[in-house]
This record gives sequence, C-alpha cells and structure tokens, in this order.
Amino acid sequence: MLPIDVIAVLGKFGGYAVFVLIGIGFGVSLELAGFGDSRRLAAQFYLKDMTVLKTMFTAIIVAAILIFLSAAVGLLDFAQISVTQTFLWPGIVGGLIMGVGFIVGGYCPGTSLVSVASLKIDGLFFLVGTVLGAGFFGESLPAFEDFWNSSFTERYLVSDWLGWSIGATLFAVTLMALVMFYGAEKTEEFFRTKGSGKAWSWKITKRSYIYGAAALVFTASLVWVIGQPDPVRKWSLMESRYSAQLSSRDVFIHPLEYVKTYNDASIKLVTLDLRSESEFKNFHLTGSENVKPENFLDPKFAVPLSQLPSQGVVVLIADSDSVSAQAWKYLKVQGVNNVYILENGLRDWNTIFSGKTVSGKSINIASPPSEVLQLFPKDAFTPKIKISTKKRSGGLCS
Amino acid sequence: MKKKPKPFKNPYFAGAILGVVLFSAYALTHSGLGASGAISRIHVALTKLIWQTHVDVVSTFAVMGAGDTNPLDHASVFLLIGTFAGGMISAWYNGRLKVEIFKGPQISNVQRLIFALIGGLIMGYGARFARGCTSGQALSGGAVLSLGSWAFMFSVFIGGYAVAYFVRRLWAESKLT
Repeated sequence: MLPIDVIAVLGKFGGYAVFVLIGIGFGVSLELAGFGDSRRLAAQFYLKDMTVLKTMFTAIIVAAILIFLSAAVGLLDFAQISVTQTFLWPGIVGGLIMGVGFIVGGYCPGTSLVSVASLKIDGLFFLVGTVLGAGFFGESLPAFEDFWNSSFTERYLVSDWLGWSIGATLFAVTLMALVMFYGAEKTEEFFRTKGSGKAWSWKITKRSYIYGAAALVFTASLVWVIGQPDPVRKWSLMESRYSAQLSSRDVFIHPLEYVKTYNDASIKLVTLDLRSESEFKNFHLTGSENVKPENFLDPKFAVPLSQLPSQGVVVLIADSDSVSAQAWKYLKVQGVNNVYILENGLRDWNTIFSGKTVSGKSINIASPPSEVLQLFPKDAFTPKIKISTKKRSGGLCS
Repeated sequence: MKKKPKPFKNPYFAGAILGVVLFSAYALTHSGLGASGAISRIHVALTKLIWQTHVDVVSTFAVMGAGDTNPLDHASVFLLIGTFAGGMISAWYNGRLKVEIFKGPQISNVQRLIFALIGGLIMGYGARFARGCTSGQALSGGAVLSLGSWAFMFSVFIGGYAVAYFVRRLWAESKLT
C-alpha cells in the first residue's frame, strides 16, 4: 500500500536516487511548459498568456484526483501523506511578498532552476537572489518570530474548512478549475497581442478539450461516490500491515512500563480509558481521560491524537484486551503514532501497587511515582515502547 | 549549428505530466515537490564554509546545519539536483539549451539582470516567510487540498497582479503610450 518510504526501503543512497528521478520528471515538465522563460511567466500577470495558471491548476487537479482516487479504492493511505502545515497568516504575507518577487524577477524558485539549467543568465541572477533572500530571512526572523509562528494548524484541509467530504470538495475544486480554464482562454483571446503565445506543438481540437474536461469531472465524481474509507474499511485494507504487532503483543505494555512512561517528563502521554463511566468514577489513573469505544470511529476524535508532538505516546485502557485492540486498530489506520495498550487494563493494577511504600510513605496508586520501580526486579517487565519520531509534516520545504 | 527551438507543449498537457510526477512524489516519498527548502540549504552550506558559529546561532539555519550536520544531506537537495538535470535534458532535447537573457524589449540586459537579482531576493525572502515556494506550498499543498496552501496560492497571484502595473516597463512589448 502506498505511500512507500523510499529511503526506508532502498536505503539512503537508493532513496536519494529516486528523489533525483522525481526531480528529473519535475524539471522536464516545467521546461516543457515553457517555465524556463521569464517572459512567459510574467505574461501571466498581464493576462496575455495564462500558461502558469493553466499548467499549475491542471497539475493540482490531476494529482489531487490521483491521490484521492487511490485513497478511495484503498491503494494509498492518505493519513501517511505529508500535508504541508498551515500557518495561515504568515503563508498569506509570504505569498504576497513572493507575488511581488515573481513579477519583478520573472521566476519562482523552481522555475529559476529550470531557467539556469537551460543556460539563461537572468535565471542565474534570480537564483542567486533567492539564495541570498533565504539568508536575509533567517537573519531578520527574530524581529517577527511570534507572527511567523502564529495561526498554526497541523493538518487543515479545504474540506475541513468547508465542512464537506473530501470527495465533494475535490469535485467542486475540479469544476472551479475548469471554469478558470475557460476564463483563461477567453482572457487570452482578448488580451493577446499579435504574434505572441499560442505556439503549441500540438494542435488540440475543441472536442478533445471537452473530452479531457469530461474525464476529469467523471473521475472526480467517482471519487466522491466511492468516498474516502472510514476506519473500519481502512482496517480491512491495512490489516496485513499492522496485525502482526497485535498478535506478537508488541504493543501491550506492562503496568510498570506505564509508570515509567508516566513519570518521564520528556514524553507527552495521553491515556485514554475506555471503561464505563461508573468504573472510571470509581477509580482511574491520574491524567487519564474517559472515552467511549465508538469515539474511535470518529475521524475528528483521532485528529488531535495524530498530531501529537513527536514524543507523544497514547495508551489505551479497557476492561478487555479485545476492546482496546479494536480501538488500537482504528487509531493506527488513522495515522496515530506510538499507540500502546495497557495489558489487562487495570485488573492487575491493584495487586501490583497497593500497599507499596516509598521512603516510609504509602503511594497514591492512581499516580505511582517512579521510585516505585525500584521495588521490583529489573526484569519485571519487557519494555515495549519504542518512540517512532517519524515526522510526517513539513515535507521538502523545510 | 542553428537549431530552431521546438514550440512548448500544450499547457494542459504539461500540467497533466506535472500532476502525474507530483502524484508519484507523494506515492513514493510521502511528500510532494519543492525547491525553496533546498535553496535555503545551499545558502546554509555556503554560510557554513565561512562562518560556522553564525549558522549555530540563527534558528532557521541551525535546524539545517548546526554543528556537524551537513545541510546538503537531505532529500530535497537531491530533488533539486534532479530538477536541474531534468530542465537541462528537456531544454537540450527541444533545442532551447542556449546562453541568453530573457527580458522585455524596453530594458537593457544589465537592467534585466539587476531586476532578476532583486526579484530573486524578494522571492527567496517570501518563500522562507511562507515556508515554501510555488512548487512546495502551492502545487504540492494544493493537490492534497491543504487550506493554507490554497490561501497562499491566491495571495501569490494577488501580490503579482497588484504590482504588475507598476513594473510593466520590465515586460511590455511595445512602447507604452
């Protein structure tokens, strides 16, 4: 199931080679579109040549349809895709600055690379400028660092904002792009000066444009109809990937390991207690939260858990291991890292911790201190928690 | 040898290829395309050669190259190498590999190069501000429907259109009346 992590699969060397290959594809497509030519890029802003808009939105729509279609049919796990983090206002201010740089300099960073690669001197000067500009940014950042880190949301999609399903959003975005393309064609017709633009290698008939547009709309509506998989369907698709961790009991932790983790200040621990409300009221571990098993099917419930800091650990507590295993599955397929189950729930808890004393004082068994661990032999439990600090966000821009 | 450059591909066709490349980037590497991150890394690598202590002090530089960290040991740099190679291959194949300066007819070469440098400076600054460039933020984020990327994308266009009128002499084809 996609995505695969080439660096994990092929090692660093092979992985980097794949990045070079993808880069070649990127460079070729930019060059083919004519993005190595600043005049063509700048013409976008004088409405004479809308290549930038057309190429960019076609690429976005095609990639989005491929991504969400493969997610809908279970070929790709969207929870594992790195979505650039949203810093809304810094993004907007940065975008405005970049628009100015674009029209003054005639390129953006990616296109200036292609321009340099085809030996254009203006592209080279632009690229040198971007290298220096990146430096100036770092130097000046302390003056407005708070703003730069403001209005942050880890993973916030247009569909979340609209409150629509991903399929409906994709369909609307596709329609919007097609309307924009139609507008772009009309605008070009109106503003084009004689002798510029329209020298494409392919003469495409009006009919093939309509077929192309129809294919996009059809596929987008197909994605909408199929829908993105819910946690239950995702588990049936991804069972083979994760079920070994359950059967080998690698994710079941001993109460002593829980105590160790609980007292480790470097770990952000989230403890979810799936028992009934009355049991929870009767006794619960300090800091734990009472949740219902059906909550785990709600994507909104899993979102904050999948966005814990990299040192975040989630521990599930339930009366029976099968209930917590079910919840574990649903969290896992929704992209939550470092999820563990407290073995046997709280059934062994009392026998292990009641009556224990630390330096003469009996302990609070709802939050045993770490000193308690010294009362047990070193091999009383096998440590299972391995924090995977895999960072899925940020991507290549950082 | 005088070779006439081939015409560019239909923009929708080029866009569709770019879309497939972007999808394969996501499918094979978890993340999309980008260029500005690697450009920043080149800057840090150059700074490191002459002023290591400074790299350790400035927060955004330290992330990439503090201490013994090699700022160029990162996937984005290899993507950048590929982008460069791809651009060169395609330009060569299509007869566009030629030393020249693209500019509007009303300005001199020197003026064009000065403005390219200034534009690059603004762009490089803005790209760090927005945490990504047109390809990383707009294209890649747009394809996964990230709200911030869409807001960013429209603000790039707004910024460009807002200033375009004032710098029209840079690009205008005929004498303005």
